[in-house]
Amino acid sequence: MSAVLKPASIAELAEMIAAADVPLEVIGTGSKRHLGRPVQAAASLDMSGFTGVIAYEPEELILDVAAGTPLADVESMLGQRGQQLAFEPPDWSALLGGTGSGTVGGLVACNLSGPRRLKAGAARDHVLGIHGVTGAGDLFKAGARVVKNVTGYDMPKLLTGSHGTLAALTSVILKVLPAPETEETVALTGFDDAQAVDAMSLAMQSACEVSGAAYVPGEAVYLRLEGIAPSVSYRRDLLGKVLKRPIEVMAARSSAARWKAIRDAAMFAENPRHPLWRISVAPSAAPGIIRRLKDRLDIRYLFDWAGGLIWLEVPPSPDASEALVRASFASGHATLIRAPEATRAAVDVFQPQAPALAALSGRVKEAFDPRHILNPGRMYRGI
Amino acid sequence: MLTMPVPDEDKIRRRAAIAAALRAIVPGEGVIEAPVEMRAFETDGLTAYRQLPLVVVLPETTEQVSAVLKYAHDNGIKVVPRGAGTSLSGGALPLADGILLGMAKFNRVLDIDYANRCAVVQPGVTNLAITRAVEHRGFYYAPDPSSQIACTIGGNVAENSGGVHCLKYGLTANNVLGIEMVLVTGEVIRLGGKHLDSEGYDLLGVMTGSEGLLGVVTEVTVRILQKPETARAVLVGFPSSEDAGQCVADVISAGIIPGGMEMMDRPAIHAAEDFVHADYPLDVEALLIVELDGPQVEVDHLIERVSEIAQANKAATLRISTSEEERLLFWAGRKAAFPAVGRISPDYICMDGTIPRKRLPEVLQGMAELSRLHRLRVANVFHAGDGNLHPLILFDANDADELDRAEQFGADILRLCVKVGGVLTGEHGVGIEKRDLMPEMFTEGDLAQQMRVKCAFDGKGLLNPGKVFPTLHRCAELGRVHVKAGQLPFADIPRF
Ligand SMILES: Cc1cc2nc3c(=O)[nH]c(=O)nc-3n(C[C@H](O)[C@H](O)[C@H](O)COP(=O)(O)OP(=O)(O)OC[C@H]3O[C@@H](n4cnc5c(N)ncnc54)[C@H](O)[C@@H]3O)c2cc1C
Repeated sequence: MSAVLKPASIAELAEMIAAADVPLEVIGTGSKRHLGRPVQAAASLDMSGFTGVIAYEPEELILDVAAGTPLADVESMLGQRGQQLAFEPPDWSALLGGTGSGTVGGLVACNLSGPRRLKAGAARDHVLGIHGVTGAGDLFKAGARVVKNVTGYDMPKLLTGSHGTLAALTSVILKVLPAPETEETVALTGFDDAQAVDAMSLAMQSACEVSGAAYVPGEAVYLRLEGIAPSVSYRRDLLGKVLKRPIEVMAARSSAARWKAIRDAAMFAENPRHPLWRISVAPSAAPGIIRRLKDRLDIRYLFDWAGGLIWLEVPPSPDASEALVRASFASGHATLIRAPEATRAAVDVFQPQAPALAALSGRVKEAFDPRHILNPGRMYRGI
Repeated sequence: MLTMPVPDEDKIRRRAAIAAALRAIVPGEGVIEAPVEMRAFETDGLTAYRQLPLVVVLPETTEQVSAVLKYAHDNGIKVVPRGAGTSLSGGALPLADGILLGMAKFNRVLDIDYANRCAVVQPGVTNLAITRAVEHRGFYYAPDPSSQIACTIGGNVAENSGGVHCLKYGLTANNVLGIEMVLVTGEVIRLGGKHLDSEGYDLLGVMTGSEGLLGVVTEVTVRILQKPETARAVLVGFPSSEDAGQCVADVISAGIIPGGMEMMDRPAIHAAEDFVHADYPLDVEALLIVELDGPQVEVDHLIERVSEIAQANKAATLRISTSEEERLLFWAGRKAAFPAVGRISPDYICMDGTIPRKRLPEVLQGMAELSRLHRLRVANVFHAGDGNLHPLILFDANDADELDRAEQFGADILRLCVKVGGVLTGEHGVGIEKRDLMPEMFTEGDLAQQMRVKCAFDGKGLLNPGKVFPTLHRCAELGRVHVKAGQLPFADIPRF
């Protein structure tokens, strides 16, 4: 890759995209560059010039921020006002070999959410507005600086998770929420996969308001409680009754460290050569999937989202065991998060779509990027 | 009055043939063409507008929906989907040359899956029926529009409906996990399911709130939640809306997200009190109901904190509910606000702008001035937590001039919302009601981009045309690469 385009203003960005006659790879800081299929681009479009907070109004629960702003800066600013991004953005730099947790724009483009996703929703549930330039070089905006809005199509959701294939985002408006006053984690040991998922399901069906439910095989089931202190301790006792087991409690500090490791899938960072999948399924399907795969492959895994999210590490192979992984579940989706470039070019990184849906996705791509200039091929062939 | 696209006379002439073709797909009573029988479908919750459809079809299976749409698509016939017809923005208003596709017969709960905390239902199931189906196990479906006994989950998805609890629990979009839908071509697709985060483009997100313009929803998977253990409310009267607004901001700044936080202004308080006798204070300018829900210890703790914050903001009166009866009494007035206003005026229209909360005093002030200008009364109920205003404009529809003034008053209120950084609609949708105001919020470029998305779903523009977008464009004209130089743009497209 040779040329680097680095626009300094939205107008310049629009001009550059309109004038581009070669495909462009859209880059924030490059932290998630190796996520998705490799892009065949002749130049890169560096969005790191779009930085800074445009408006932060804690009492309105609103943050309007330029897309190239480092996520770490945003999180520390929110923290100072006792707020947070409730979907718990992960930092996959150790997994993907990047540096730093990337930019807000990159986070939104990839729709990444951590353990609290099962209670608070995904990144896409917190994106209220966007400004950007389409692949046709057209400026556009959607959404607004209010938390409740149904005016026109929900373009912010459409752009969230589009991996830079529709538009280059210049700024995003996010819903920010109060951070919990305290947290505590209950650890339960001695479960097999099925028992672990059952326990997490029982906890999630209770009134305990669990904000994180994960299972590290051979280690423990972790259930996180957050809120004001009297409520947390009440719900901890309730959890013991619901699960009919003695429970072990981790204090706030070690609880936070544990969940950061789960959020970032840290246990998989040590084997960089092993392909890593992230599978989203109905939680009750998780144990069966692992049972089927264990017979055929030497795997390591972790359940998050009460079993609804399986992190799966498979032995190195040219096709990342794609066929086995995809055959292991009936409905849901599997994404190849980490694999060598040649593998990501050869296999479907994202879940293949049925023909009518694939055709519709293609038409949506055309609606934004008729010349296929932005990150072509990042998600699917031609998209 | 708003105008609709000029009907295609040719389709109207072919009504009998079209009805016969539909009858071949949906036999028996599923096709209605007699005008008296079609009356039931001529309007929705925006009752000032009425139009008999070309023909009504009430399919019962996804295959029938698919065949109806394919027939319509092949023959260039417009289609208006309909749930229960409670839309307040005219989203389900029929077209004289269009098929009305009623989804009421899709009324079954298909699967309740407690282990995975979700329910799979057909789109004609009412919002409340979902909660009814799971409440014996302590579960509920969180979004609770006031129309929940009547409105359907399909309509909720199409409008991305909210309710008084959506600050804490989210709108429809945040509680739907998956759908099955039929494209206008008749193709059936699935987006999401019992798992989280459908992959590829978030078409589920786009469908939610798309007002029947992108496809017909034939199945919905929703998230169900365990009911909070308890709820208590505090009822606070304030000498000014500024004080009430500041109290709301301070509650949120204190890190508290209440289950519900509703405000009423003086006219709404009086109308409600006269109607239900909830013992509301009458000599205050604003009344705030803050409801906390969750475990008892948490609720007791937070209600104290909210009360302290209210006192610090010059609360004139303050009551904390001490029993479930008292909590429900606090809500009784708020919940009856619409019918209460209906008692003091022959007609009213309900507006639905959202504003940044801190601009509330100036918006209320502006509304008072507009009320004098248009010589019509207005009462305000307000989802205060999320800035969603529901001004109720009082008028008499028998007086054509009053209807006209009411509509202009409503439009001016929404312009004011946009001017202070807000939006045209927080939960009721654009429909026909706010269609012509879209340019207040969006540039031509913004709207063109939304219409290109429409074209990706419905290239012939057959699904619910005349709604949401102020001007109809042909898709070919929106795809700038296809526009031939020298051609007069949109010459033959009527503007309306
Ligand atoms: C008294 C009253 C109180 C209300 N309170 C609230 C409230 O608190 N919060 C709120 O958000 N709304 C409220 N509403 C508005 C209304 O109830 C909601 O918009 C509701 O979601 C509409 O559902 P419906 O089934 O009646 O849909 P309809 O009115 O029949 O249709 C609404 C739109 O959805 C489309 N549609 C319907 N079904 C489908 C389908 N299966 N597939 C594709 N498109 C479809 C239609 O084409 C139309 O555009 C209220 C309305 C009334 C009358």
